[in-house]
Amino acid sequence: MFQTVALSGSRGERLLFSDVSVTVKPGTLLAVVGENGSGKTSFLRMLCGLLSPDGGAILWQGEDIRQLKELYTAQLTYVGHLNGIKDELTPVENLKLSACLAGDKSSGAIVQKALEAVGLGRSVHRLPTRVLSQGQKRHVALARLWLSTRPLWLLDEPFASLDTAATSYLTQRLQAHLSNGGMVVIATHQEIALPTDSIQHLRLAR
Amino acid sequence: MSQPSMSEALRGVVRRDLLLAMRHRSDVAMSVFFVVIVASLFPLGVGPEQAVLRMIASGVLWVTALLACLLSLGRLFTADYLDGVLEQTLLIPQPLAVLVVGKVFAHWVISGLPVVLLSPLLGLQFGLSGDSLWVLTLSLLLGTPTLSMLGAIGAALTLGLRGSGLLVALLVLPLFVPVLIFGAGAVTSSLAGIGSEANLSLLGACFLLSLAFAPWATAVALRIALE
Repeated sequence: MFQTVALSGSRGERLLFSDVSVTVKPGTLLAVVGENGSGKTSFLRMLCGLLSPDGGAILWQGEDIRQLKELYTAQLTYVGHLNGIKDELTPVENLKLSACLAGDKSSGAIVQKALEAVGLGRSVHRLPTRVLSQGQKRHVALARLWLSTRPLWLLDEPFASLDTAATSYLTQRLQAHLSNGGMVVIATHQEIALPTDSIQHLRLAR
Repeated sequence: MSQPSMSEALRGVVRRDLLLAMRHRSDVAMSVFFVVIVASLFPLGVGPEQAVLRMIASGVLWVTALLACLLSLGRLFTADYLDGVLEQTLLIPQPLAVLVVGKVFAHWVISGLPVVLLSPLLGLQFGLSGDSLWVLTLSLLLGTPTLSMLGAIGAALTLGLRGSGLLVALLVLPLFVPVLIFGAGAVTSSLAGIGSEANLSLLGACFLLSLAFAPWATAVALRIALE
């Protein structure tokens, strides 16, 4: 179970959100919605532990993530606003290295299958990522989710610049993760085509 | 859920950076050429007087190595910071300081090791011979990793700042001073025939000290930079 208790955060002088208390149970998804600049990305980065909160706490299985440190980061997969991939490497190399570093399976066949699952054809597997389109780069970043066995996924605008096919692949993947008892926190502007009983919304207001 | 072992993560970080360097061979070649050209300018400027050249050799070559390290520091974290790889690196469930050691090691292989390998050739250019040539190479082998390690602190502290190149120089050059003194001192003392063991031991001590503290300081600076 994943919880935030009276969480508040700010950027510079500006208070973004305060007193946010939510609980994400296994098998459920938390959709963080709000206008641009309402603090969705900061909220997600805070949940990763990249940003420290102004007040309140983030609890994983009842323990503060600041105490858990690496034990907590071993539980999560974060796909941020930035893709976190290297332009000079091919999609296969990128995915292999990030999976290897995260401790997921990273054999060539598994990585290729993950790239195909997200809708990236074999023709681009051996090209440098630099020559791919924005959407295709996003595919490479999201392909990590097909390799991840971590229970908690934190996704920042994963649907942005995806085509309809990839959107439905990703939705299916989220569905599979949730039915395995996984947890997802997602910042998005879009409606997610998942059963409504597994989704709760958090609106961050400016 | 499988967790990567620490050494596996360390290897992964090193492999990625070396792979990237292979794709950017011109960057590596550039720092090598920089060292060769700067070191060759001095004999041209000072004149071919053998005694003078031999006297300035250690200082010139060490300052050149130091500047080459400084020039390549900008590449250490900036690209990772801009494309989000650094963010993901912070989320790897291993102590960040260990991953920093991996990055610094790769940086040294790319920018420091070529200088070490070239140094006997450059030393010859300055009329060094025999023992002192060997001491020069050894001192650089011990000293350049320390430079990379100390430089990483500066690179991490100035990450994402405007005009960080100059700021890194101002922050890091004072830290380089002991390494420069002991490194150049080793060669000078070997030329004078009084033995270089003391200076080399001190260089080794500098290396161990920086290995103990620099990765940790760099890790803290990186976390602050990414807030």
